[in-house]
Amino acid sequence: MIRSPLANPRFANWLYGFTPPERGVVVLRHRRVYIVPTRLGWLYGATLAILLIGSINYALSLGFALTFLLSGLGLAGMVHTARNLARTAVSAGRSEPVYAGESAQFHLLLDGRAPFERPSILVRHVAGGAQLVIDVPPHEVAEVVLAVPAAKRGWLPLGRVMLETRFPLGLFRAWSYVEPDARCLVYPRPERTPLPPTSPDARTGAARAQASGSDDFSALRGYQPSDSPRHVAWKAVARAQEMLTKQFSGESAGELWLDWRLLPAGIDLERRLSCLAGWVLAAQQSGALYGLRLPGVEVAPARGDAQREACLKALALFEAS
Amino acid sequence: MKPLPHPLAPELRTVSGRDLAMLTASLLLVVTPHAERAPWWLAVLVLSLYGWRAYLGITRAPLPPQLLLLALTGAAMTGIWAHYHTLFGRSPGIVLLCLFSGLKLLEMRSHRDATVVAFLCFFLIITNFFYSQSIPTALMMCVALVAITTTLVGFAAPQRPSRANLRTAGLLLGHAAPAALVLFLLFPRVQGPLWGLPQDAYAGVSGLSDTMSPGNLAQLALSDAIAFRVEFQGDPPPSRLRYWRGPVLWDFDGRNWRMGPTLLAAFKPPKGGERTYRYSVVLEPHDRHWLFALETAASLPPRARFTEDGQILARRPVRLRMRYALESVIGAAPGPAQDPAALRRALRLPEGFDPRSLALAHEWRDASQSDAAIVARAIDFLRQGRYIYTLEPPRLGADSVDEFLFDTKAGFCEHFASAFVFLMRAAGVPARVVTGYQGGDVNPVDHIVTVRQSDAHAWAEVYLRGRGWVRVDPTAAAVPGRISSGLARAVPEGERLPLLMRPQLQWLRSLRYQWEALSYKWNIWVLGYDPQRQRELMSLVGMRDADWRQLAATLFTVLGLLTALLLVWSLRRLVRPDPVQKAWQRFCRKLGARGIERSPFEGPRDFSERAARDLPQARGAIRRIGELYLALRYGPVAPPARIDELRRLVRDLRLT
Repeated sequence: MIRSPLANPRFANWLYGFTPPERGVVVLRHRRVYIVPTRLGWLYGATLAILLIGSINYALSLGFALTFLLSGLGLAGMVHTARNLARTAVSAGRSEPVYAGESAQFHLLLDGRAPFERPSILVRHVAGGAQLVIDVPPHEVAEVVLAVPAAKRGWLPLGRVMLETRFPLGLFRAWSYVEPDARCLVYPRPERTPLPPTSPDARTGAARAQASGSDDFSALRGYQPSDSPRHVAWKAVARAQEMLTKQFSGESAGELWLDWRLLPAGIDLERRLSCLAGWVLAAQQSGALYGLRLPGVEVAPARGDAQREACLKALALFEAS
Repeated sequence: MKPLPHPLAPELRTVSGRDLAMLTASLLLVVTPHAERAPWWLAVLVLSLYGWRAYLGITRAPLPPQLLLLALTGAAMTGIWAHYHTLFGRSPGIVLLCLFSGLKLLEMRSHRDATVVAFLCFFLIITNFFYSQSIPTALMMCVALVAITTTLVGFAAPQRPSRANLRTAGLLLGHAAPAALVLFLLFPRVQGPLWGLPQDAYAGVSGLSDTMSPGNLAQLALSDAIAFRVEFQGDPPPSRLRYWRGPVLWDFDGRNWRMGPTLLAAFKPPKGGERTYRYSVVLEPHDRHWLFALETAASLPPRARFTEDGQILARRPVRLRMRYALESVIGAAPGPAQDPAALRRALRLPEGFDPRSLALAHEWRDASQSDAAIVARAIDFLRQGRYIYTLEPPRLGADSVDEFLFDTKAGFCEHFASAFVFLMRAAGVPARVVTGYQGGDVNPVDHIVTVRQSDAHAWAEVYLRGRGWVRVDPTAAAVPGRISSGLARAVPEGERLPLLMRPQLQWLRSLRYQWEALSYKWNIWVLGYDPQRQRELMSLVGMRDADWRQLAATLFTVLGLLTALLLVWSLRRLVRPDPVQKAWQRFCRKLGARGIERSPFEGPRDFSERAARDLPQARGAIRRIGELYLALRYGPVAPPARIDELRRLVRDLRLT
């Protein structure tokens, strides 16, 4: 089988006029906008040829006028189709992390940068096939969300995106490729696993005694934004008009260590990370103070959404040495 | 990898109600002109097909099954075959095209089908040009093109309001116009036809024929259609001298005059003459060979042939409007002596017809000294005979000349010419009938003489020894008004006249003159733009004898330039920085010249604050500029007055 020359990245980069990934705002200069007639465009050309031959044969002056007006229309249509895409500025927005197996939602911003509307622009994710047709109003920015399946944990780059338009006459198809520097963090797929017992770690042995009473109320302290709403002392709030958080004796000192080594040996890396991710979610739900320990990576114990994200990120990006 | 369904692919986009409405409207625009020529039942059928599809579109009902459409097609085609006795040829072809437009509409589901129907509209437009290429037809074409283009834009942008699509269509056609003009002028024109034309290609053109029988010229004279137009260099000759020579008829069978065999002859310009006229004729197609010329022609159009009896013939039947330049001399000396065989032919009469006329002619023969005296007697006879000139002559029996001369005494020019030539021949004077046109209207606007079919005329020529062939107009003798004041005055009141000849409608005529002046220009420059005109135009811009290669090179150069211009136009609107940004950059440059450079990380607010601190004398202006810029750049859409204020402030900013 002949290998497509497009498989060679250097050739592809030369052909498409850019080297991925592209940082910042990508402006579709005309060097990058390709245009070819559509099938209907070829049919239009054939129609014009027949009209021309008829006009010559019957010496129809108005026939010539019609044929030439239509030829001009085709030409103008070609320029307008290219214009509909030319100098659009494409940039990538933030994309929220997802779990493996879900779809990453990439936000693309299409800045028309033009006093005219750019209707009917197809935005398609080349590899994933997610696609959407949008209109970019004059002087405005349109936002497209492309759902790209996230199969594996780690960074998911957006990859190549095609922009295509056939506006205004459908006789030509103009398209361009962009590969903005956008990536989405993919957490391991969480696996429901019972939480391990609170850390039996030798180095923190002193904490063990208190750890058993993990839900014994011990004191109130000032509310911090990362505190779980379930631990807010709502009665105290109603009374004192001040946010207070209930502190439990188990939490104050007892740390839940989600340790790589607590999992039985013999399960593979991805499964292990999935279990750890499941623990992180469970720990977060329980409101415990938890930390994560992987070979070579350690996330210090804390609680709250920031902690969950830090742990999941560590899991997502973990690489076994 | 499996190809993905493509949301822009026309095969996958279904036709919306708006698409259907626009398409049907476009079709109606282009089909209507064909309706009057199609059989009535077909016009009704096509309209009901459109209506049916519209109904299905509104009720969202499924389209009819293919089998039903097939049966319908078969039935309609049988009907067309029964009407025309063929399915090929021009008229049935066009009717079939109309039929298919309706049938295609009924199996149209996707935008692909709909676009094919839109392309079909182009064929329906161009086929109408077989019948009419007038200015209104051209305007109608433009309206139809706007509709079709809007329809196509609507397919590409289904969400957009129709008004915006109409605007886009207008813009596209506006951009197409210069390219169309360039193509029209520079595209190398080839003289058609490229292949044999269908037999009915020139059906329905009217004009003179090579036979004349009582009543056929009168029939032709009811037509307002233009035969040809003439542009004289200088003043045209007076109407009574404008005899446009056409077919010459020699052979009489008692009722019909025929041309008979014609002999070609070398052209010899006539000698003498009172005045020479130079003029050019734009001849409407009449599917015959005659090229009409003012008597007596002193030159020949290029590639034309000349006959012994003074007809000018084109090499091929005139099937396209053609233009030729000529010279004519009025009052020229008659030509050389005629050979005896031709003179014998000019005396031949059928046996056993018109005894009373024969007797009268013999009487004149015996009483006269010379041929000229006989001619004079005949003219007197007609002048005193109280003949009536009418477009509705009574029907004549077998002895047509006798009945006209002695009984009915009412006829059109062919009756007078026929009777006169009969009398001459019977009296032994060689004579022949000449048909053609007489007079014509001078347009006061552009002084172009328009000759219509209603100016068709027949007169006589007699051969007088020593003088040659001499023109005698018996109609002028019998009804002098015909020649001096035209058909309208000569015909008794209350008789049917061609509309535009009616004297009551003076204002209508003046409007008509304006219109015809415009039409003349249109015919010359648009419809008559042929390879010859193209060469003329090219030599005007300095390209002598441009061949197709030069034309093509020029064409592609100009077309390329136009496209480049269009491209520049489309990008120019994109690269033009917005005025706010431009003013801000100018502000930064001005400050930069004073040593206050904006760092890349510095926002507009910080920068203007710093500048205001460093340049206290301009603090107010700098702060205001900063505020305005922030508001205009990042705030909601601002009134243009504030942009102007910003520009003014920046312009007037003095930092010294």
